[in-house]
Amino acid sequence: MIGELLALGGATLVLLAAVGVVRLDHALARMHALSKASTLGVLLILVGAAVNISDANDLTSILLAALLHLLTSPPASNLLSRATYIAYGMPAATGIIDEGAEPLHLASQRNDDSPRE
Amino acid sequence: MTEATFAILIAATALFTYRLCVGPSLADRSIALNGLLLVGMGGIATHAAHTGQGAFLPTLVAIALVGPIGSGMIAHFIEGRGK
Repeated sequence: MIGELLALGGATLVLLAAVGVVRLDHALARMHALSKASTLGVLLILVGAAVNISDANDLTSILLAALLHLLTSPPASNLLSRATYIAYGMPAATGIIDEGAEPLHLASQRNDDSPRE
Repeated sequence: MTEATFAILIAATALFTYRLCVGPSLADRSIALNGLLLVGMGGIATHAAHTGQGAFLPTLVAIALVGPIGSGMIAHFIEGRGK
């Protein structure tokens, strides 16, 4: 019962992430919606499965899956957001300070239109 | 309750598939694919929570290992192509 409730809450978080991915208007904003809400959602579902399961072999599988998900999901989001920022730039909105353009040498590349390494 | 959970996951699948088909850039499609992967993980774990049997749980480990590698490779491709 408790495990199914936790799974329901996690699935609701995954649905919220999906709504954010559809509704938000820029790739970085969509990534923001997905990477936060869905990480917690999947972890909630995994905890729900761990509550209802008693076999030690399956419990260690769930623990390993949760650990690997926690370890590997944020670097993948970071890589993808960095590539998105380099390729597409920041969204054209007021009040945004583009702090990454100087260390990544994006401004000079956008000005002289040289081929990228 | 498990039926409600699967219904919610199916709705999330529909939304992610919409973004996968429509999404203007490659990064958007990659995000949608990542979301579909999460929905799959959630479905497997929900099934395990419902039945109490963990026959499919090693699949979760494989998905958690391999999925972000694909996302990182797409990121590398976007970065190298420059668009």
